[in-house]
Amino acid sequence: MPDAHHGEHFPGPIHQPPLVANLEAIQPHEFVHLPHHPKLQHHFDDMAQQIDASTLGMWVFLVTEIMFFGGLFAAYLVYRHASPEGFAEASHHLNVTWGAVNTIVLIVSSLTMALAVRSAQISAPPKTQVAWIAATMVLGAAFLGVKAIEYTDKFTHHLVPGPNFHWTGKHPQAAEIFYSLYFCMTGLHATHMVIGLGIMTVIGIMAWRRQFDADYYTPVEIAGLYWHFVDIVWIFLFPLLYLIGGHFTE
Amino acid sequence: MYYAVFAALIVGTILTVLAAKVDMGVLNNVVMLLIACTKATLVILFFMHVRWASRLTWIVAMAGFFWLLLLFAVVGDYMSRGWVPGTLR
Repeated sequence: MPDAHHGEHFPGPIHQPPLVANLEAIQPHEFVHLPHHPKLQHHFDDMAQQIDASTLGMWVFLVTEIMFFGGLFAAYLVYRHASPEGFAEASHHLNVTWGAVNTIVLIVSSLTMALAVRSAQISAPPKTQVAWIAATMVLGAAFLGVKAIEYTDKFTHHLVPGPNFHWTGKHPQAAEIFYSLYFCMTGLHATHMVIGLGIMTVIGIMAWRRQFDADYYTPVEIAGLYWHFVDIVWIFLFPLLYLIGGHFTE
Repeated sequence: MYYAVFAALIVGTILTVLAAKVDMGVLNNVVMLLIACTKATLVILFFMHVRWASRLTWIVAMAGFFWLLLLFAVVGDYMSRGWVPGTLR
């Protein structure tokens, strides 16, 4: 893991004298364009500041994603509160085994993603980096494969909301709302997985071209943040969709 | 360390599935969400490196979840209407 070297790169007003005093303190030779890492953008002081800025920017994006999914979770909360029995009844038609398998698949993919970032951080050979990235992508594809099987099952059993929706239980209306939310939430999540696979393809090619080492691994790190975030969404989707309403009765 | 976090996440998943098979009434939801929150915290702190990130990153990440909490608080207001007699119009 990288050391906690970040603090010193965010000098606040307490640690830093006023700018004017700084200018006086600067020696002429400091204006010379010193040799630096080829990946260092000119508007950053150093590599550590650069990756901190990228991480922060990614987190700002992830916060918007939290609100994006948060709205759907709020809708879920409202309708589940309106008809708890209907939601429990509808949830029983989801396959817990497939859901659990997919949860495990995503957790393993998060591990391989973390190890992909790690391999770049320690300047592992491109082959190693690409191997971890490819493993992550295979697991992501496996997740989508399972999702495709589940969706197919919903279509054949008339559980897709719309004119062909057919429910034999006691709460057809609540069940249809449940499946609307199910398709919105898992569909948005699956879309994120597909985008994630696209991002990982680019990252894999970059790793293959020896772009990443201990000094510069920002793109892998940022892609990792995205991948883990999508994993976190599923961590909540799985129990809320698949496991509600007493599976002890089975 | 990554492997330890991974093991904890797998154990959490198994516990969630097992807990769903035990009848605890309302507590089922509480247990399920507590485990999910613990797992999410582990992923954020270790896999997403927030544990080692700058304080600015901490505060931005926390702000996101804080606003999510506010969103659910608003939903809580909506759901609790009518609990006190005479408040539902």
